Amino acid sequence: MSGKPKLHYFNGRGRMESIRWLLAAAGVEVCLYGSLLFQQVPMVEIDGMKMVQTRAIGNYIAMKYNLYGKDLKERALIDMYVEAVIDLNELLMTHILQPADKKEQHLATIVDKATNRYFPVYEKVLKDHGQDFLVGNHFSRADVQLLETLLMVEEIKPDILAKFPLLQSFKARISNIPTIKKFLQPGSQRKPPLQEKDLPKVMKIFH
Amino acid sequence: MAGKPKLYYFDGRGKMESIRWLLAAAGVEFEEEFIETKEDLEKLRNDGVLMFQQVPMVEIDGMKMVQTRAILSYIAAKYNLYGKDLKERAWIDMYVEGTTDLMGMIMYLPFQPADTKEKNLALIIERATTRYFPVYEKALKDHGHDYLVGNKLSWADIHLLEAILMAEECKPDILSAFPLLQAFKGRTSNIPTIKKFLQPGSQRKPPTDEKFVAIVRKIFNI
Repeated sequence: MSGKPKLHYFNGRGRMESIRWLLAAAGVEVCLYGSLLFQQVPMVEIDGMKMVQTRAIGNYIAMKYNLYGKDLKERALIDMYVEAVIDLNELLMTHILQPADKKEQHLATIVDKATNRYFPVYEKVLKDHGQDFLVGNHFSRADVQLLETLLMVEEIKPDILAKFPLLQSFKARISNIPTIKKFLQPGSQRKPPLQEKDLPKVMKIFH
Repeated sequence: MAGKPKLYYFDGRGKMESIRWLLAAAGVEFEEEFIETKEDLEKLRNDGVLMFQQVPMVEIDGMKMVQTRAILSYIAAKYNLYGKDLKERAWIDMYVEGTTDLMGMIMYLPFQPADTKEKNLALIIERATTRYFPVYEKALKDHGHDYLVGNKLSWADIHLLEAILMAEECKPDILSAFPLLQAFKGRTSNIPTIKKFLQPGSQRKPPTDEKFVAIVRKIFNI
């Protein structure tokens, strides 16, 4: 088991899911550690470091496995695209925490932001360069994180990509990349959406 | 011909302040265009220069960059403030994320309801003194160097100084239990580019006041 990155988190998506996606996309095997918790999670033991902070971990993995572009300018684009996706993910993550009377409004906000602020940008990027990947005609972390988010938004609104034909084909294309395809199959380390019934347990862990 | 970077934001700290700090510390002159009304923001949006309809936006090297962290990472890498290799970068990232979390809490304080301010301030002080500052104090203690990472000035140091000064604005003696951070603060403040930025007349913005809160509330209808 030594040598493989070790993930410390609870057994759910949360802030660790993007990291699982990145590692899976890069074809990196991980060692499951389950439910040990520290003052700060996510924590990933990798290359002799105990790394915390989701972004720091994501940056390191992306660089190490050549998913971060070929130069500073490509990295800048990747960072911009990834940061926006993270913003949308934050909205998604807090959806289940909304009280019942706020849920519908919150869902409307997510749908509005996704379809009016974020998705049009990626649709346009793909349209303008006509390439398969978001940046530098090369598979990068931006593609991985965008796919993750597209799938998560579809979980709450299945037809959300109705007006985005290029995102639809992007989704199909990236899903077919062998490492990603494997991650999307049952039995992988991908986590399911948090269920209402599991919420009390998770809240207990973090409070 | 590449001109000076140009910053598009409100005339206040907010999410742009860390970018001002980093450019200043790197000795990079920059221009600013201030958004004062809703119409100013709408104009930028209609001009199509805000990728996700949001600010901060920085025109730099032919790009219209958005997303605070993306901008900071680019500047840090460009001006050699991001470590010499992947591992140093990892440490800088971890440290910066910590100070980002702390400064984020402080940034939102003036926007919170008056009856929660005292509680939130207490939480900030608790987090600063029990979760964040101990980490940096220990880092400096363990290696005994002047700088957080790689014995060389980096984004992590600049960001930490910014966070320390902001925290001191909340509680002037907040560093009382952290002698190495006190020394770090003294030392880092004396770096010529940073010393200049800390002087009156620089582009550093004052603590968030009622006027700034009012402008932001008005522009965003909050």
